[in-house]
Amino acid sequence: MSALAHVAGDPGLEPAAAAPEVKRRSWTAYLLMLPGVLWLAIFFLLPLVQLASVSLQSRYPGFPGYYYRDLNFSNYASALTDYAPHFARSFLYAGLATFLAFAVAYPLAYAMAFKAGRWRNLMMICVIAPFFTSFILRTFAWSQILADEGWVAGVLNFLHLLPNGHIINTPIAVVAGLTYNFLPFMVLPIYASLERADPRVIEAGGDLYANGFTTFRTVTLPISMPGVLAGTLLTFIPAAGDFVNMELLGPQRGKMIGNVINDQFLAVPGGYPVAAALSFTLMAAILVLVFLYIRRFGTEELV
Amino acid sequence: MAGFREAQGDLRLEGVTKTFGDFTAVDGIDLEVPRGSFFALLGPSGCGKTTTLRMVAGLEQPTAGRVMIGDTDLTGSRPYERPVNTVFQSYALFPHLTIRDNVAFGPKRRKAADASERADEALQLVQMASFAGRKPAQLSGGQQQRVALARALVNHPEVLLLDEPLGALDLKLRREMQVELKRIQTEVGLTFIHVTHDQEEAMTMADTVAVMNRGHIEQLGAPEELYDLPRTRFVANFLGQANTGVGTIKDVEGDHLVVNVLGTPVKILRSRSQVHEGDVLFGVRPEKVTVSRTRPEGVGNDVRGVVRDVSFLGVATTYLVDMPSGATWSCYEQNLDVEPLDLRPGDEVWLTWNPGHAFGVPTEDEGSLG
Amino acid sequence: MTTTTRTTPPATTSETPAYRPSAGKRAQVWLANHFAMITAVLVLLYLFLPVAYTFVFSFNDHGKTNIVWQGFTWEHWQDPCGVQGVCESLVTSLEVGVISTVVATVLGTLMALAMVRYKFRGRSASNVLIFVPMATPEIVMGAALLTIFVQGFANIGINLGFGTIVFSHIMFCLSFVVVTVSARIQSLDPRIEEAAQDLYASPMQTFWKVTFPLILPGIAGAAMLAFSLSFDDFIITNFVSGNESTFPKFVYVASRRGIPAEANVIGFSMFVIAVLLVVGAQVVSSLRASKYKS
Repeated sequence: MSALAHVAGDPGLEPAAAAPEVKRRSWTAYLLMLPGVLWLAIFFLLPLVQLASVSLQSRYPGFPGYYYRDLNFSNYASALTDYAPHFARSFLYAGLATFLAFAVAYPLAYAMAFKAGRWRNLMMICVIAPFFTSFILRTFAWSQILADEGWVAGVLNFLHLLPNGHIINTPIAVVAGLTYNFLPFMVLPIYASLERADPRVIEAGGDLYANGFTTFRTVTLPISMPGVLAGTLLTFIPAAGDFVNMELLGPQRGKMIGNVINDQFLAVPGGYPVAAALSFTLMAAILVLVFLYIRRFGTEELV
Repeated sequence: MAGFREAQGDLRLEGVTKTFGDFTAVDGIDLEVPRGSFFALLGPSGCGKTTTLRMVAGLEQPTAGRVMIGDTDLTGSRPYERPVNTVFQSYALFPHLTIRDNVAFGPKRRKAADASERADEALQLVQMASFAGRKPAQLSGGQQQRVALARALVNHPEVLLLDEPLGALDLKLRREMQVELKRIQTEVGLTFIHVTHDQEEAMTMADTVAVMNRGHIEQLGAPEELYDLPRTRFVANFLGQANTGVGTIKDVEGDHLVVNVLGTPVKILRSRSQVHEGDVLFGVRPEKVTVSRTRPEGVGNDVRGVVRDVSFLGVATTYLVDMPSGATWSCYEQNLDVEPLDLRPGDEVWLTWNPGHAFGVPTEDEGSLG
Repeated sequence: MTTTTRTTPPATTSETPAYRPSAGKRAQVWLANHFAMITAVLVLLYLFLPVAYTFVFSFNDHGKTNIVWQGFTWEHWQDPCGVQGVCESLVTSLEVGVISTVVATVLGTLMALAMVRYKFRGRSASNVLIFVPMATPEIVMGAALLTIFVQGFANIGINLGFGTIVFSHIMFCLSFVVVTVSARIQSLDPRIEEAAQDLYASPMQTFWKVTFPLILPGIAGAAMLAFSLSFDDFIITNFVSGNESTFPKFVYVASRRGIPAEANVIGFSMFVIAVLLVVGAQVVSSLRASKYKS
C-alpha cells in the first residue's frame, strides 16, 4: 500500500521509529470503518458481483437488450477468441507507454531529487499542474500537435522517418498519448523514493564504480525500486484499460480492449454479457500481471 | 472534570504484573514511594521499568495488581483521570502549539481560568519564560526538555513521572539538568519517579533507587546502601564496578564467614552476606582495595597478584591486577602517598581489604543482563 | 544516463589546473554536469506543450471546428459560456467534485484512523478492499457500476444521472484518501497523543485538539487529490452519467466535431486557478516559516 502512497508524496512529520505500539482493539475501529467499507461494498464489490453475473447471462434470441440469468461461459470464449488481438494490442501499447514513461520520467525525478535545489518545489508544481487542464483537452491538443499539417509530422517527414507519412491515427500516436497522459504517475513515486535516499550513497557508488551506468544500475536504480514499481503499475493499469487516446489519436481499425468494452456497453445493443466478460478478463489479466510483476521485482514496501 | 480522581499520599504498587502475549514485562511488583520523595527506577533496557511507569501514568493497564495513591485505587482509570503527569522520553511536545499553549494545555483541560498565567509561572520555574511565543521546532533539545517539564509541573500532579528525560541530551547538558531537576523537585516538593538506565544519574538524583531486572525489583534502597551492600549479583555488577570471586563457605569465625576462593581463605562479615552456607559470590569495590608491595599486617584479607596495567588519572591511579583465580581485579588508589608506589606491569603486589567492606551475594545468576 | 550520477567534474580539469581545456571540451563537461537538469527541463516542456496548445487555440477565430489555426480573437474569452452546455457541464463537474471530495475525505479519514490506530479483526481484508479499487482499470469499474445501476438500483428508483456520478466518484476517490491520510497518521508520534491524555484530555479532546490539527495537512492533500481525480474523471463518468454532462464528458463529445474554443478558455482557466492556489499556499507557508526563524 505504501508504494501507492508515494503518489501523494507527503513526507509528513518525522516518523516515530521507536514509538511504542498504541494499537487498540475496540468497537471504535469498526464504527470508523463502517461507512467507508459499506460504501466500497455497495459501489465496488456489489457492482463487480453484478458484472460477474452479467458476464454469464444469455440473450433472448431476437430481443436485443434482454438477457436471462445463466451460466453461459461462451461469453468468455468469444471474449477471448474474437478479441484476443485487442487484448494483445492493449497490453503491448500499455507496456510500451510504461517503458517510455519510465525512460522520460526517471531523469526528471532524478533531477528533482538531487539537482533541483531550491527549484524543487517549483518543478513539483510543474509536474502536477498540467493535470488541472482536463486530460481530454490535452489529448485533443496532441491530436492537433501530431496532425499531418503540424510541425512534428513535418519535421519527421522531412527526415523521412515516417513510413506512411502520418503520425496521427497511427499506433505511434496512441502510444505517445498514453505515455504523456500517465507520465506524472510515473514521476511522483520515483521522485518520492529517490528523495528519501541519501545522495552520499549514490556518490559513494560513483567512487566505487568508474562507470556511471554501473553506478546507476547497481546503486541508484535499486534504491528507487519501490518508486519504480509503484510508478509502472500506476501507469500500466490505467493505460491498458484506456480508450480515450485510441479514440482521439488512433486509427479506425485495430482498437484497444477499452474501446471494445466501451462500445459493447454503450453502443452495441445486447452487448452487455460479452462486454462484462471482456471486463472481467481484463481485470483478471491485469491482476495476474501485477501479481507476477510484484513477485518478480517487489519489495515488502508494496502492500 | 468527570471521572477525575483526586488523590493524595504515597504511591503504592501492589503485586503489579503486566504481560504482553507470552512475555511478562513486569512480574508482580510491590513498591511504596513516600510522598515528596525523588525515586528512581533503574535498570537495563527491557527490564520493565518503562512499562511500570506507563502503568502508573495509566497508559497501560496492569494484567494483575493495583496502583494506589494514598487510599485511592487508580487501577483501571484512564490517564486523563489521574493526578499523575509524565515527562516523555522524546518530550512529545505538541508541534502545532506555542510553548505557552503547550504548557497551558493541562490547566485548560481542567478548566483553570488562569491557565496562561500558570503556564508563564511554570515556564519561569524552568527558565523558559522568554520562549513562550515560539513553537517547539524552534527550540533545542535541552530547551524542549525544560518545556516538557514545565508542561507536567504546571498541573501540580501528585506524582510526576520522568521517562529517561535526559537520554537525548549531551553529557554536559545532562549534568546541568540533573542539578536543575533536583533543585525543582526540592522547590515544588512533589513525588518524582525517574526512570533511567544510567546508574550514575539515578544515584546522584534520587533519594531511593529501585534496581529492576527482568520484570522485578532486585533491590531497593538509598543509593549509598545499594552501592555499599548489594544483595544480588545483578545489583553488584549493575551499580558501579565490583571485584568478585566465587567461593564456598568453610567456617564461621565469630562475626565472620570464612570463604574458600580457589584455596585462598577470604573473610566476609557475617551480617554483610546474604548467604551463610554453601557457595557464595563475594565482592569488594575497587576503591576499598589497597595495593602494596609488601604484605601488610592484620588487615584481614590479603591476596597476591600480578600487575597487568596501570592508569594514572591524576587524583587517583587505577591498577588492573591478575589474581591467582584467573580473574582480573581493578583497584582504585587515591594518590595520597608522599612516595608513589611506582608499580609496573609484571610487578607482584599484595591486595588487602577490610572484611567489613566485602559483601556476599548468591552465586546464581538471575540477571545475566548485567 | 551515464553522466547523470556524476556530481564532480571529470578528473582532467582538477588534476591539471594550469591546463585550460578547449571550448568544445568545456561544453562537454558542462553538458555532463547538467545532463539531468537539461533533460528535466525538456520533459517539463513536453508536459506543458499540450497546455500551451490549449491556451493558444482558446484565441482561435474558428468556424465550425477548432482544429487548425484560423485567426486571433478575444471573443471566446469575453463569453466563455457562449456555447451551449459548456458552462452547465462545468457547474455539474464542480458540484460533483465538491460533494465527492467532502464525502470521500470524511469517510476516508475515518478509515485511515481505524487502519493505522487500531487492531481489529478484518483489518487485512479491509486493506485489500482499499487497495484493489486502485489496481482496477477505470473501464472495469465503470462497466460494473453501469450494470448494477441499470439492472439493480434502477429498480429502487435510482436512475443514471447526477446521483450515480457522485456515488461512483466517492467510491474511487475513497482509496486514494485513505492511503494519503494513513501516510500522515503513520508519521505522527503516538506519544504526542499519549501526552495529551496524560494532560487530562479525554479521547475526544485528544482527537480535536491534537490529532486532527496535526493530520490536517494530510487531509487537505487528500482532499485536493480527490477533487482533481473527480473533476478530471471521464471514463467512469461516461458509463454512469446517463444524460447528465460533466465538463470532461462535454469536451469528449464535442471532440468529434472539434472542441469549441470556450472549452479551451475554461480548461486553461482551471489550470491557472489551480496553479495560483498551489503557488499561493507555498508562498504563505514559506513566509510563515521565515517569520519563525527571525
